[in-house]
Amino acid sequence: MKSAFCRTATPLRPPAPWIRLLPDRATLPAWAAGLGVLVPLCFLLVAGFTGDGAAVRETVLRPRTFAVIGRTLGLAAAVLAATTALALPAAFLVVRTDLRLRRLLSVLLVLPLAVPGYLLAFALLSVGGRYGASARLTGFELPRLQGFTGSLIALTLYNFPYLFLTFRTALRRLDPTLHEAARALGHGPWRAFRAAELPQLRPAFLAGGLIVVLHVLGDFGVVSLMRYETFSVLLYGSLSFAPAYAAWIALMMLGTAGGFIVLEVVLLRGRRFDPAAPGAGRLPRPVALGPAGPFLLLALLGLLAVAVGLPLATSTYWAFQPVLGFVNRGLTDPALASLTVSLPTAVLATVLAVPIARLAVRRRRAGASVSQGLERLAYAGYATPGLAFGLALTAMALTLDRLFVSAGQTLLYQSLPLMIYAYVLHFLAEAIGPVRTAFQQINPRLEEAARTLGRGRVAAFCRVTLPLLRPGIAASAALVFLSAMKELPLAVLLRPAGYDTLAFNLWDLTGEGLYAEAAPFALVILVLSAGFVAVVLLADKSNITKTK
Amino acid sequence: MHPRFVLITALAACLVAGGIRTPAPADTLTVYSGRSKSFMDALLDRFEQESGHTVRRVYDKTAAVALKLQTEGDRSPADVVLAQDAGALGALSRAGLLAPLPAPLTATVDERFVSNRGDWVATSLRARTLAYSTERVSANALPQSVFELTDEKYAGRVGFAPANASFQAFITAMRAAHGEDTARAWLLAMKRNGVQSFPKNTAILEGIAAGEIDLGLPNHYYLLRFTEKDPGFPVAQTGFADGDIGNLVNVAGAAVLNTSRQPEAARQLVAFLLSAPGQAWFVDQIHEHPVSRDAAAPVRGAPALNLNAIDDLNGTLTLLREVGLL
Repeated sequence: MKSAFCRTATPLRPPAPWIRLLPDRATLPAWAAGLGVLVPLCFLLVAGFTGDGAAVRETVLRPRTFAVIGRTLGLAAAVLAATTALALPAAFLVVRTDLRLRRLLSVLLVLPLAVPGYLLAFALLSVGGRYGASARLTGFELPRLQGFTGSLIALTLYNFPYLFLTFRTALRRLDPTLHEAARALGHGPWRAFRAAELPQLRPAFLAGGLIVVLHVLGDFGVVSLMRYETFSVLLYGSLSFAPAYAAWIALMMLGTAGGFIVLEVVLLRGRRFDPAAPGAGRLPRPVALGPAGPFLLLALLGLLAVAVGLPLATSTYWAFQPVLGFVNRGLTDPALASLTVSLPTAVLATVLAVPIARLAVRRRRAGASVSQGLERLAYAGYATPGLAFGLALTAMALTLDRLFVSAGQTLLYQSLPLMIYAYVLHFLAEAIGPVRTAFQQINPRLEEAARTLGRGRVAAFCRVTLPLLRPGIAASAALVFLSAMKELPLAVLLRPAGYDTLAFNLWDLTGEGLYAEAAPFALVILVLSAGFVAVVLLADKSNITKTK
Repeated sequence: MHPRFVLITALAACLVAGGIRTPAPADTLTVYSGRSKSFMDALLDRFEQESGHTVRRVYDKTAAVALKLQTEGDRSPADVVLAQDAGALGALSRAGLLAPLPAPLTATVDERFVSNRGDWVATSLRARTLAYSTERVSANALPQSVFELTDEKYAGRVGFAPANASFQAFITAMRAAHGEDTARAWLLAMKRNGVQSFPKNTAILEGIAAGEIDLGLPNHYYLLRFTEKDPGFPVAQTGFADGDIGNLVNVAGAAVLNTSRQPEAARQLVAFLLSAPGQAWFVDQIHEHPVSRDAAAPVRGAPALNLNAIDDLNGTLTLLREVGLL
């Protein structure tokens, strides 16, 4: 182990950029994740280019497609703005002020992620309109949400925690000396925040914002229920017996998502976010809110009431409505199915995310700005719509099965490992964001010091860096688990026979209008998700208080 | 390496390795169902009890099941396919994926609901219908034909679900019965008249109740599920005049795959669906219409159309894209 220290001395002249693109020990996880997505996508490309090219081009390149692109981008921009406007103040209130209940709120504000988008949209829809809950309970008819506004509200309500989490991690890790220096230079508290701290939140904004934008691009449940046509509605509508058209739409979605990923790299280029001096683990003195405190607390609780309380209340209401006896089914098998895919996914995605996030942060300082782009290979899976990725993996698994088992038998196809593989690569990007944000705020000299003191590469990382990463790792695992519990298209396409997850059952029953029968599944998803988040984030908090 | 790191990785590896499945035992029947788990699971359970076969189930939408089977080709592990659209069954038949069914079995069903090639058979019938608001539409002033919905007095008041497979089958039927141009003209006129697109049948009914639209074109059995639990649900439904294409009756059907390694057990399942208990299930629980000659009274007002004629789904999808509804 000690000899490794000598070998890694920085070379005098960095090698040419293309050499740094080649896989080596550090970039291997990124390459594996990227290729793990891109290779199956080749099957999609093949599907896109076989079939009647001219006819497909005509349907793909019509004005309507471009109108839909415009509408999708508009919605993504609006959701990004709205989620930021909610998440940044919420994170600041929870981390930097004397707000009451801030400990509890810091966990509760993540909970909207546990709510499947289609469930939230359904709950919002059932409130308004002539026959809505509001009109029937109070006699006052609220307008029924739909279209752009409806999609914007629903998507904002369950996506803002992505930004809240990254902002929260960033604010906690922010070096208080920055703020103090700005104050010492004569800035007021607000200007000091804007000048010294806000720019430091940029990586958190970009990491969380990218996830939000990609989520909007890929969302189908909310926009279809709200009747707002985006790219993914076009894709689902194109699922026909001739897959070439679907492949093209999927590839165009991929291109759009890829554009955002590149944009994030460009916006992050050439900046430093690690604390200036080591050992700055303390938090600055909390801002006193004074009389505004109770109002801000009420506002946050109101937000939670809509984002979590409403779907919970709707599900609970339906859970007590009469059911068709023969449709009832056990909750145990679906819950086990959901857990046996979601837990490994959360663990594997987080384990894979650590070396990839490290790559972006650390290698850059060694002079290899190219490798930062490599990290974005890992976003390929998230940028690929679930339906497209599922179709591509189906084709790949069938081809591989051909090599190993006789016809009619399956090995990879419809197997749990393939499903987990798909989940891990699809949700990897969610795991990278928080870990990367945490990395960017750890001074590399800490680890270098450990190396100087004779620790090996791995030992130094595990003893010094890993404990500092823990909040980021906890957030990553929580995010992936929540998404995996809700995931639908990949589950529908890739699950083994009889392996029906909670989300699948919820979808199947609501599709038939059997809301009372579906409600218990919604409740179990909410409870399991909330439980996991609470466990992970509470563990993280005890860690914070210890190191403080 | 750090011990905790090793532990986590090992744990993850175990979980993945544990997931690799042992191959299904020989007497297991694999069913791909484009019919929902909600309504088929208990029926398949009953077949398991009566026949002694174990049934592995893969549920999805009908179009997706058809796509899956075509992608799998000769590698498919499926023995039986259940679909709720004659178009999907027709496409599988044309792709040569289905095995012929024994004539005594298909003879129990009216020939309009059996594949020309004898390789799929209807198991129940589902009607298209006109749903309307009981608050805002008078039952005496309802349109007599689906073609009347393009009239100015319905401007902005009608909803349908262009992405829904049953709606697409209805358009395929309209193309077959009235010609491509009529179907295109109707769709364009509906668009001009401000028709609203919904994602699915249940959303149409909820849209009517909520006051977003006054009339809609769903399948017939969805409303029964709402009124069964909420008698005050302010929506009713009816048919158009006898023989109107808006009253299309589509099939839900079954077929045995060419690749089945247990064609005997597979045919047994199809026969079970056509047997008295199977038919009673579709009628009593799902509110569909029976299909076997013994049980079936012809569905009232249905257009006389051979269901083999509505297998050109791709033509319909192209048309819907052309007019900008998909």
